[in-house]
Amino acid sequence: MAKQFNVALIGNPNTGKTSVFNRLTGLNQQVGNYPGITVEKKQGICKLERGVKAHVLDLPGTYSLNASSLDENVVIELLLNKNDKDFPDVGVVVTDIENLKRNLLLFTQIKDLGIPTILVINMADRMKRKAITLDIETLEQKLETKIALISSRENQGFEELKTLITNYKRLSVSPCLNASSIAPEYFDSLRKTFPNQDLYKLWLVITQDVNFGKLDRKQIQGVASFKTESISNLKRLQQKETIKRYQFINQVLKQTLIVDKQNAKDIRSRLDRVLMHKFWGYLIFFSILLLIFQAIFDWSSYPMDFIDSAFASLGEWAKNTLPAGDFTNLIAEGIIPGLGGIVIFIPQIAFLFFFISILEESGYMSRVVFLMDRIMRRFGLSGKSVVPLIAGTACAIPAIMATRNIENWKERLITILVTPFTTCSARLPVYLIIISLVIPEQRVLGLFSLQALTLMFMYLLGFGAAIASAWMLDKVLQIRSKTFFIIEMPNYKLPLFKNVGITVVEKTKSFVLGAGKIILAISIILWVLASYGPGDFNNAQAVIQQNNLETPISNSELETKIAAFKLEHSYIGHAGKFIEPAVKPLGYDWKIGIALISSFAAREVFVGTLATIYSVGNDDVETIKNRMAAETNVKTGKPLFNFASGVSLLLFYAFAMQCMSTLAVVKRETNGWKWPMWQLVIMTAIAYITALGAYQWFK
Amino acid sequence: MATIATLKKGQRGIIREFSVDTVPLKLLEMGCLPGNEVALVQTAPFQDPLYLTVNGAHLAIRKETASQIQIDVITEQKSSPEGI
Repeated sequence: MAKQFNVALIGNPNTGKTSVFNRLTGLNQQVGNYPGITVEKKQGICKLERGVKAHVLDLPGTYSLNASSLDENVVIELLLNKNDKDFPDVGVVVTDIENLKRNLLLFTQIKDLGIPTILVINMADRMKRKAITLDIETLEQKLETKIALISSRENQGFEELKTLITNYKRLSVSPCLNASSIAPEYFDSLRKTFPNQDLYKLWLVITQDVNFGKLDRKQIQGVASFKTESISNLKRLQQKETIKRYQFINQVLKQTLIVDKQNAKDIRSRLDRVLMHKFWGYLIFFSILLLIFQAIFDWSSYPMDFIDSAFASLGEWAKNTLPAGDFTNLIAEGIIPGLGGIVIFIPQIAFLFFFISILEESGYMSRVVFLMDRIMRRFGLSGKSVVPLIAGTACAIPAIMATRNIENWKERLITILVTPFTTCSARLPVYLIIISLVIPEQRVLGLFSLQALTLMFMYLLGFGAAIASAWMLDKVLQIRSKTFFIIEMPNYKLPLFKNVGITVVEKTKSFVLGAGKIILAISIILWVLASYGPGDFNNAQAVIQQNNLETPISNSELETKIAAFKLEHSYIGHAGKFIEPAVKPLGYDWKIGIALISSFAAREVFVGTLATIYSVGNDDVETIKNRMAAETNVKTGKPLFNFASGVSLLLFYAFAMQCMSTLAVVKRETNGWKWPMWQLVIMTAIAYITALGAYQWFK
Repeated sequence: MATIATLKKGQRGIIREFSVDTVPLKLLEMGCLPGNEVALVQTAPFQDPLYLTVNGAHLAIRKETASQIQIDVITEQKSSPEGI
């Protein structure tokens, strides 16, 4: 492996770092997670000259090496640990020509770590329009580095960058700032205590506690208990360091960068005036939201219907083609419908991330955050909670991961806790079938379909529940955390199609592989539990034939009866009977009880489970619906799915925490089981109580 | 005392010292440093958060943080558009 070396892409958010990564690696990349945390790890291979290959790691965007979030902490942990297999042989710091001053702060820090560092200045295509002139040669001398002037939009400068990467060994590693100059006495004492350590690294390790405090100490020996200064003093020193760095940068740029402000008028202020207007701004935002919902729920129904029927026929085909037996049943009734249950969400997830990535790439999302912050804060949330709440309508899992850029822990925690109330796409099939069963097909005012209105009400209910519980949590939770909120307002940019495409593909892939695994596993377990059972289960055929000796009965009717008997006596049937007393007051029978148990893993399993339970041979919704409509309450003889039990079920699904994957993500994001468990208990309690109330009221 | 929070739309000021205990380091790193010029671009509805340009960077912060950062307001040489 002598030929391959490590390159790390480092840079502020909004510098086009990801575009550079995409250009360097093409589709030759993989996205995973850093071990144990949900920070995305993007890596790829870049082909250089003469057959040399470089391993490129796209580190999370960070403003400096003073980490204040999990994402940023990843960067510093890697850069401080020489033994990490990803430790860069060369650092590539990506900057944006228009924000060069601020972007260089991080560059000086990286260079001071003694890592050979290349400076990439992106968006060179904007220089002329913005009347910016840059003296590259002098800048290279002052910063003691090599500069690649690139434009990821116009695909320029990448060959030069690759050449620089290939020749990384020629780069200077001398620091920009003498660490001791921050506080000479303090650094002297440091040097005396740890004569063999690099002072700047040591300083970074010591100060991490001030901001974040999650740095893994095992890797840096001997500093575990070094504490000589108060936190307040350390903060003052950090401030001093930042000012010193900016002084250095200002001095360098004064001699190299000229911006003709006369020419710097741009469309930014004009767009801002409209998009952040106190009336038009909101109107535009809500129109965009409407468009997104339209795409998710209307346009994606076509591919979803197609996927649904394709998997149904695939199951049918498997059953008819493969030799009969348990294994075939597992494939046809367990695995294929299970896979179908995952694949069917791909159109919605893809649409959602298509829009979100366009909104983010274009710079519009920051404006939404700005517009919504004051309103959201009334409910204990942040403007930055808007993104998770929108994303939650597709799936709570990526939504909860999107809370990471909320600086304030309390606001972030509340966002994480309430996001699962928003109506995710998994609730949709459940709502659709129940609404079609219990809400009459009428029109209100001769215009709006009552069923559609009910569905809309369910969405509003989800948002309402999220906002209301956020407000309550804000009052209840006694968490003191500094309220600080900083958001960069980037320039408007036309989204790069390639970046949007790669985001959609990557996010969809990670949903299918991440959440999909669990859904698939549960479908298999369910199938096993429904296909095997103790005692009478194994004599089903004999018992049913015995019972029907006198009356002549067709073969297919006999089959149906055997299947129903088997289900009742299977393991899952016993489980359903076991919880029946608990769900009876809500208007459900043991069969719905089974569906409730199974949909704890994933809500959308509900419809599939009922389909199995009502022994329907095919997956046609009409048929499931008819079967469900035909079910009667054993005691009253009336239809089981009536208005009261239907409303009760709708409310139960609206509020209950029935998603193991979400709980797992919440556990990872909050570092423990405490919050996911609270979430589970409280949400399920709310669901139970409202469902109970509704059933008893309407009964 | 004038702070960023008391700036009016379009008005500019020079940042003075501020306390490290109340103002996060991140703000400094984004260019909000003593001695730098800050201008209020616009406020969100309900006058919060504030959209600023500092040191050439565009960013938004809440009023609460803004009120912790003292400034010297730059008085315009030419008469203001309102004509006062």
